[in-house]
Formats: sequence, C-alpha cells, structure tokens
Amino acid sequence: MDERDLRDRGRSALAAAVIGVGMMAAVDEIVFHQILAWHHFYDPAATDVALLSDGLLHAGELLALTGGFFWFAALRRRGTLHPTAAWGGFLLGAGAFQLFDGLVVHKLLRLHQIRYDVELWPYDLAWNLAAATLILTGAALTLSARASGEPRR
Amino acid sequence: MTAHGAHGADPLPWTAAAVVLLLAVPYCWAATRTTDWSRRRTVLWLSGCATAALALSPLAAGPEPVAHMARHLLLGMFAPIGLVLGAPVTLLLRTLSVPAARKATRLLRRRAVRCLGHPFTAVLLSVGGLYAVMLTPLHEAAVRHPLLHGLLLVHYLASGYLFTWSIIGPDPAPHRPGPAVRVAALAVAVAAHAFLAKYLYAHALPAGHDASSARAAAQLMYYGGDAAELIVAAVLFGALYRKHLSSVEPGQDGYTVGGSAELRQRHRKERELRCLKCDLLRTALPRQADERPSRS
Repeated sequence: MDERDLRDRGRSALAAAVIGVGMMAAVDEIVFHQILAWHHFYDPAATDVALLSDGLLHAGELLALTGGFFWFAALRRRGTLHPTAAWGGFLLGAGAFQLFDGLVVHKLLRLHQIRYDVELWPYDLAWNLAAATLILTGAALTLSARASGEPRR
Repeated sequence: MTAHGAHGADPLPWTAAAVVLLLAVPYCWAATRTTDWSRRRTVLWLSGCATAALALSPLAAGPEPVAHMARHLLLGMFAPIGLVLGAPVTLLLRTLSVPAARKATRLLRRRAVRCLGHPFTAVLLSVGGLYAVMLTPLHEAAVRHPLLHGLLLVHYLASGYLFTWSIIGPDPAPHRPGPAVRVAALAVAVAAHAFLAKYLYAHALPAGHDASSARAAAQLMYYGGDAAELIVAAVLFGALYRKHLSSVEPGQDGYTVGGSAELRQRHRKERELRCLKCDLLRTALPRQADERPSRS
C-alpha cells in the first residue's frame, strides 16, 4: 500500500467521522427531543455557560453535517473513497459524540437529562454502553481498513 | 385582532411591503437588458423580494414577541438568501456602462466597504444587533414607536443581507476572506443565535410579555434560525465542493490510478467532452479561446 492510498483511507475515515458526529447530534435532537420528547428544550439546572456551550455544539452539529456531506461527496466523486475506512470513521464519530453527550452534556454541564421522572441510571448506562459499542466497532473497522488492501471505489 | 391591533388599520405596513416588492422592477429591467442573465438568479431575487414583503405586510402581524421574531427570521435570514443569490451587484456591473462600472468597482474596493463586508463585521452587525434588541428595552420601545420599529426592520434586512453576502455572495469579491474564515464566521453566527434563543427561553425575555409567548418566540427563533442557517451552510459547502472538483482535473494528482473502471471511464468521457467544448469555443471565439489554458 503506498502513501497516497493510506492518506485516502485517512481522509475517507475523517470525512465520514465528521458526518457521524453531526448525524448523532441530529438523531439526538430529532428522536429524543422532538419525537420522544424525553429530553427538554431547556432544563432549569443548566447555567448560562452551559447554554453557551450548547449553542457552540449546535453550530458544530449543523456545519459538521453539511460540510461532512460535501467532503464525502467530493471523495466519492474523485474515486478516492474507501468504504470500510469510511464506515469505521462514521461509527467512531457517532460513538464519540454519543459518549461526549452522555458524559459531558448530560452529567458535567447538566444541560438536560435523557429522561425525566424515571430512575435515571439504567438510561445513562444503556446510553454510554451504546456509545462504547459504536466506538469499538468503528475502531475495529478503521484498523481493518488500514491493514487490508481493499480496492478504492 | 391582537393586543397590538392598532397596526391593523395602519397603511404603513402595506406601503412598506409594496416598496420592497418594487425592488423586483429594476432587477427585472436590468435582467432583460443583459444577455444570458441566469433565470435561476432572477427567480431567487424575486423570491427574496416576496419573502421580505411578506415579513413587512400585516400578514406577519400577531401577538408580540412572536410576530417580531417571525419578522426577524423572514427579513433578516430567509429573504437575504434569495436576494444575495440573485447576484444584484453582478447584474448592476453588467448593466452599467464601462466607465460607470469602473467607478462602482472602485467604490466597492474602498477599505471601508471591505471592512463592512468582512464576515465577522457582518456577524457583529446582524446577530449583535439582535442581542441589542432582545436584551434591552429596545424591543419594548419598538413595539410602541412605529418609526423605531421601521428602522429596526430595515436594520434586520440590511444586516442580514450583509451577513449572507459575506458568507455565500456570488458577486465578484476579490478581497473576500477564504473558506476557513467564512465557515468560522458562520459557526459563530449559528452558535450566537442558538445561545440567544435558549437564553431568551430560560429567562422568559424580552421582558413585558407573558412567559409562555416569550418562550414560543424563543423556540421559533431557535428552529427557524436553524432552517435558514442550514440553507446558507449547504450553499457555502456546495460552492466549495464545485470549486474543489473543478480545480482538480481527473487524471491529475494521480486520481485515476485507483477507482473503479466505471468511474475511470466516466472521468475520461467528461474530460473528452470538456476538450470538445474547448475546441468548439476556439473555432467560435478564436480570441477568447486562446486565453484559456489548453487541455490536450
């Protein structure tokens, strides 16, 4: 495998990871806030600093989703996309955001909780375990993409 | 009728809406005089005019502060997308005589204009202006004084146009900062807008209204702002995508080494088609074609 091939795998993984982060943030917002209405738009426990970080996170989500999509499209168009590396990156990005959301947003900043008026710890556990699973699967795929001589598509 | 029903009998909103709609007239006149002016741009400009007129008309009236927020979104965020993508500056430069166009270009190159058109100046003016309105008694005063209200709406439209132009303006702008600065400015604007929306929600601001309508306005601001910002981001990244693809020729930089046979064939066909177009241009417009770098 030459250097350019390795670089293309890295780019594929990174572009897909950016989409993964944005996608997970969007799923969080659409599924948990809007559809299930488990999360709240605003939790009185959140400070103004926490609201500011929420705004920054929101900006990151919007730009990651759109920017990642066009980056991915450019790689595909140029024929330098590695599907396995991209899947690995996507899952890594999604899992990393999920874990960040579970630990920093819910617990450290206390912007909102997963659900209200219920015993919270099973939800937190399931949330963070799901994140860990995504990260491990993503890491395994990324590593296998680095090792294999899979052709570009 | 609403609590602020006094606006209902007022002819001023209709006049304002009509004036904005009249912006369509000079544009269409210039578009018909310009050869090959893109119909897409005309449609975008007209949709921008229509959105701004809708925001100013009594159709957007309603209980405060929800109505004010709806007007801010339509005038300051949605209408400018259409107006900016209509490329009015390009159209103006094409319509003017050569000496007049030169003068206009010199004006646009002025340092003051360049500073004003910088993405971060534009963020400060547009989002910063919104902070000033919502967090001070300015909003309350605007509800009571029609003149102040009018000025505020003009500010929304002008600053929104400036911001959108600085991020995705299709007009030639030799001093426009690169993609990184523009993406960063957009990120700051999105974050500042989302933060203000949640802050208003949390503290039930602007003061002087009942908490539930203040919160409804804040949520409208949050989600409505998102929709507009998503469009701006998609246009910005879409333009960067096209620029990137046209800067890298298939076959250059080793990019046909990999890829499927099918893709390689498609790239080859496109390359051939481009060469064919070049050849056609060379025969049709010999002088201009010589200035293009030849691809053979």
